[in-house]
Amino acid sequence: MKHPVSTARLDELAKTIRSKNAGVDRITFDVIFPTRAAFDRVVESGVMSRERIAALYRIPEARITDFVVFEPALAIKFTIARTRPSGSPGDGDIFGAQQYAPLLALEVPGVGDG
Amino acid sequence: MRTLRFLCPNGHLGFAPLKVPSFELGVANRPDFILADSGSDDIGPGPLGHDVSASPREWQEHDLEHMLLAARSLGVPMIIGSAGDTGTNSRVALYVSMIRDIARRHGLAPFRIGWFHSEVDRERLRAAIRCGDAIRGLDGRDDLDEAELGATSRVVAVAGIHPYVELLDRGADVIIGGRSSDAVIFAAPAIRAGFPAALSYYLGKVLECASFCAEPYGAKETVIGSISDHDVQVTAMHPEQRCTVASVAGHAMYERSNPYFETVAGGVLDMSTCRYEQVDERTTRVTGPRFEPATEFRVKLEGAAKVGERYVGVVGIRDPYTIAHVEDVLEWSRSQLRERLGVDGYEVHFNVFGRDGVMGDLEPLRDRPAHELCVVVQGIAPTCARAEEVAMIATRQMFYARLPDVKGTAGGAAFLLDEVMPASPAYRWSLNHTMRVDGLLDLFPTFIDEVAPA
Repeated sequence: MKHPVSTARLDELAKTIRSKNAGVDRITFDVIFPTRAAFDRVVESGVMSRERIAALYRIPEARITDFVVFEPALAIKFTIARTRPSGSPGDGDIFGAQQYAPLLALEVPGVGDG
Repeated sequence: MRTLRFLCPNGHLGFAPLKVPSFELGVANRPDFILADSGSDDIGPGPLGHDVSASPREWQEHDLEHMLLAARSLGVPMIIGSAGDTGTNSRVALYVSMIRDIARRHGLAPFRIGWFHSEVDRERLRAAIRCGDAIRGLDGRDDLDEAELGATSRVVAVAGIHPYVELLDRGADVIIGGRSSDAVIFAAPAIRAGFPAALSYYLGKVLECASFCAEPYGAKETVIGSISDHDVQVTAMHPEQRCTVASVAGHAMYERSNPYFETVAGGVLDMSTCRYEQVDERTTRVTGPRFEPATEFRVKLEGAAKVGERYVGVVGIRDPYTIAHVEDVLEWSRSQLRERLGVDGYEVHFNVFGRDGVMGDLEPLRDRPAHELCVVVQGIAPTCARAEEVAMIATRQMFYARLPDVKGTAGGAAFLLDEVMPASPAYRWSLNHTMRVDGLLDLFPTFIDEVAPA
């Protein structure tokens, strides 16, 4: 890297961080970056690997059904299996639209500074 | 170069009204078709199970009226998919009657209206199971068994392009579709006109949610997609919105597990080979999608099973000691339910807002509750009277929870309302499956009629 950069939160690097139902049994998460540099930095940092996401949400890795680095949209995308289908009694988020919040403060390490 | 142009003013028509100014800008471009999807399984299993709309009638009619008047004035077909959120037979009938009413009110010249049904008789599914033709589970579900089928209130099949093509062939000017894949309402007329299937399905995929494929974010605004033999181009109509490479490619992954593949009745759209380029400030061009036709015809099924009637209570907690022991409070409520009603014949659910009410087991901060909590209590049982009692016991007993060191002995909870409220019946998604069919029109009977306002 040309310029050293310091640690940043994911919500400082991404332009979109969202979650939404993907069908009735799964919730899918999209993190979309405004620039190639921000996208590359997060992909290379490894903070959004399958293992790290499972640890963040405190779920077994097997519940992450898909994990895709989607280069055409400068996006990282993963999908979590629900334990009960959407809208079952007690489901607090029928659309799955507020499940992304823990991603916002994810720490992305600095690069090129040592 | 021949092209066809498709105007889409709304994704999930009825859930919120279309925005009129960008719709009118789009209509001024004289599109060849005006189309919108009106369905979603995001709204939960209740509307399908109970056979009601999630959307207000006024908003449904608002959009149908704008679209019908524009389509009849331009003399182009209007197509609606998954009528009334769920695409059940009653929702199709509702939209057909709205179209007739709007035509009468405006004294429109006669036109032909076509519609089709998507509901599946459960006996047909039972027969398939019994003859060993598995109703296969999707997304990790088991194959359907007779017990789960028996618990299911209503089933719809998700149509491909086939009933739409059939109705266009029969001369329909307006089509009201039962449950269908969002993309196929756009793909059907394009494929019927001879455009490549891959581009046609891609066109539908990108247009199905209207301005969700544009930026900056702004829902319910009109977009226009055009198809040629070589590409799809999509243009935002709102003056402040643009369809960019990023926004169009980004939309391919919206609300789906895999951004590269989209399965419809009849095959799989492969978007992994798509190429995106900016044509002008508001238009992006897409080439290169592929379509793999299915070798066996399978149709997706959605079904909802009733869990019970439902009442809801709301409880506040402010004492930090009680907050630290809120699980003991909930357990006290459950014990009082068991004491009065036994262990069977009802369900109780507690969502503890301020702790993990939104995220449940996915909440990383569930060990750090806020300084006040709101507990939403749901009591569910076969009858309304029993559901009300379940909700009332569970709600009120939080007031009387016995915590050993609590200082406040006059009441352990705060009530916003000292009552429990009737809510819609509780359902659950019992079918997210596929079944084999001999032909892709099999489950979708079509109908056509003249609308001739006197």
